[in-house]
Amino acid sequence: MTITLQTPLADEVLQLKAGAHVELSGIVYTARDEAHLRMKKEGIPFDPKGAVIYHCGPVIQNDRVIAAGPTTSARMNNLTGFLLDKGVRALIGKGGMGREVREQLRNRAVYFAITGGCAALAATHMTLRGVYFEDLGMAEAVWVIELDRLPLIVGIDAHGNDLFETVRSQAKKRFERYQKPLN
Amino acid sequence: MVKSDRTAVLQALSTATSEALREAVIWLPPDVKRAIERASATETNPVAKGEFANIARNIAAAERLAVPLCQDTGVPIVYLTIPPTIPLADDIYDAIADGVRQATLKVPLRPNVVDPLTRHNTNDNTGVGMPAIHVKPGERFTVTILPKGAGAENVSRITMLLPSQKNEIEKFVVETVLEAGGKPCPPVVLGVGIGGTFDGAATLAKESLLLPIDQMTPFEQQLCDAVNRLGIGPMGLGGDKTALAVKVKTAACHTASLPVAVNVQCWACRRATKEVIW
Repeated sequence: MTITLQTPLADEVLQLKAGAHVELSGIVYTARDEAHLRMKKEGIPFDPKGAVIYHCGPVIQNDRVIAAGPTTSARMNNLTGFLLDKGVRALIGKGGMGREVREQLRNRAVYFAITGGCAALAATHMTLRGVYFEDLGMAEAVWVIELDRLPLIVGIDAHGNDLFETVRSQAKKRFERYQKPLN
Repeated sequence: MVKSDRTAVLQALSTATSEALREAVIWLPPDVKRAIERASATETNPVAKGEFANIARNIAAAERLAVPLCQDTGVPIVYLTIPPTIPLADDIYDAIADGVRQATLKVPLRPNVVDPLTRHNTNDNTGVGMPAIHVKPGERFTVTILPKGAGAENVSRITMLLPSQKNEIEKFVVETVLEAGGKPCPPVVLGVGIGGTFDGAATLAKESLLLPIDQMTPFEQQLCDAVNRLGIGPMGLGGDKTALAVKVKTAACHTASLPVAVNVQCWACRRATKEVIW
């Protein structure tokens, strides 16, 4: 079953469970390393209450989103807390995030996984609405993008359930068979 | 060969390079699409099924719109076969670089090539030693491009095993995938180079990614099954299919050595070949 959500988000994110399918509509803001650093220093240029951050460096051409798949979220592990403190309700990216972020999400926000490499598909669900920090360059600027039912998976929910961590610890256990001598 | 002929050859090589690069970043080869379809058909994990559905829709969207599958259009790795009638000189390398610059503007590609220390971006996807060009003699004049994204390249590994550690090869391959987790955008393709030298094993590993991935030898299948037992699944979200295929190339090596390299490739195993015709 797919849950449909519309930004800005509020307490409905607390109901989401890790592994759930979601279709998200409404405004999201792209941000990578440089944009996080700038927002931390100079302030957030949009209303962060209920906002959604997308870890993405899109290809934009003639005010259109050409390709906009996710980048690796873990690079933003140490740069995310202040956004959640200001009211951000969801992050979108790939590969999951660290334990610190999992704790910071607790009882207030979620992490959505979007399929890596699916930049053409993602762009078909997007309309460009604006930009902040354009001086940071195409990949690092904050692009304001309106989503139309973008398909996502709840990767980390607001109650400490982390799909990536579950899979990782299970894989580690399965690898243990190689620790015994093979001969 | 007269000078004007040479100019025509070089122009044709630039065009073939640019066209191969464009084709590679937009259209996946038939063997890769088959491997994805097969893996998708037997996946049982519901989250993983959803990821496979997105991948299938993305492949279709890129083809329909003629836009790159992924915004990371990679760095250009070039494999050239050159017939005896074409002299190999610096201008061949320059012509290939020109083709890369053309494609960067036309497709467009994301400018990804930077100086390793200053991190200065050349903005045209060329630089010192880039594109990476590998030349072999052949019957036909062809250019093959493998655009390599960073997510998967960054988790690739090499080891120098002892000759007595032949049984450790599988462990090293599986451990590489375990450590990589969801970072390389699984389901991955693994190019494994065994033997040769330290650098030779890595070269073999990358060349293995050019082999058709919809068929495997019993040894390749054994490695692939071992990787899939980890259950990492598409995007690290869990599932039966962590690897689409493992491809192995070997070369003779020193009696005291056993080099093993694993080149990790995301599910979008992009490559294309064009014949140079003038």
